[in-house]
Amino acid sequence: MAVDKFPIEAGHIMLFARSIGDANPIYYDESYAETTEPGAVIAPPTFVQASAQFDPDYFLRPKIGQEWFGSAKGPTGITEKKGGGGGGGGGGLHAEQHYVYHKPLKAGDTLTATVKPGNSWEKEGRRGGKLMFSESVTEYRDLSGDLVVTATSVGVRTERPATS
Amino acid sequence: MSLKRNNLNVGDVYSEEVCNNLSRTQIVQYAGSSGDYNPLHSDEIFTTQVAGYPSVFAHGMLSMGMTGRMLTNYVGDGRLTAFGVRFTSQVFPGATLTASATIEAIREENGEHFVDLSVSTKDSDGVEVIKGQASAKIDA
Repeated sequence: MAVDKFPIEAGHIMLFARSIGDANPIYYDESYAETTEPGAVIAPPTFVQASAQFDPDYFLRPKIGQEWFGSAKGPTGITEKKGGGGGGGGGGLHAEQHYVYHKPLKAGDTLTATVKPGNSWEKEGRRGGKLMFSESVTEYRDLSGDLVVTATSVGVRTERPATS
Repeated sequence: MSLKRNNLNVGDVYSEEVCNNLSRTQIVQYAGSSGDYNPLHSDEIFTTQVAGYPSVFAHGMLSMGMTGRMLTNYVGDGRLTAFGVRFTSQVFPGATLTASATIEAIREENGEHFVDLSVSTKDSDGVEVIKGQASAKIDA
């Protein structure tokens, strides 16, 4: 996802680490973190995914004053829903995620994220009919323009819900 | 806490249980921290009645994040140079997952030492939910 400004905030790192069940104090305790090799509170390896919070248009977050496709009074808040599976109105499912780490991501850093489309391909699935894969490459850079993390995401859309 | 080349052998395995009886609440926690509020992960009514799945299920990125915890506990903080996965099966509430890393190669590049790992996370029935690879810098 493209983001102009992704502040790497200590509180956000703590909440993220909790949510993945990681009690490592390097993610919340500044004085402990000073004694470690990185020397500061750092972000867990999958943290850049949370840049979605700073993408004003991120489509998997309810927007103020707009219909949301999750349930409310009825099973979906969308008045006229479109057909099709693969997330029932979402953007399909996440098939692969790859990260390359160029330098440690520390609390207090600010990143920018730019997105380039990657390859796309199709495959015949066993359960969900035709599978349509597409790749996007996100480059996260710090304020001096140095590459911090390169993230390659592969999404898949199915013709109907595929359950394992 | 970092790995030392002399103590490592190709084929070494490191494993950790990364979640036990995964709760819907932890999935909601992940939605909140990551910003991915797709109702497929928290909204049972939408997910069963509209999307047609048997239940809400975990974000793939939650399974990857939990797997990453095993990796950073093994290779040390700030040592990963690459981490990539395929999401091979959905993870539903109640899952108990064990993540493992196996040393595939130990190599030297420009005077620095690295370990290449294959990564696998399986549920308690042995079904693989994450299949991937990682690399980390190690000490000489």
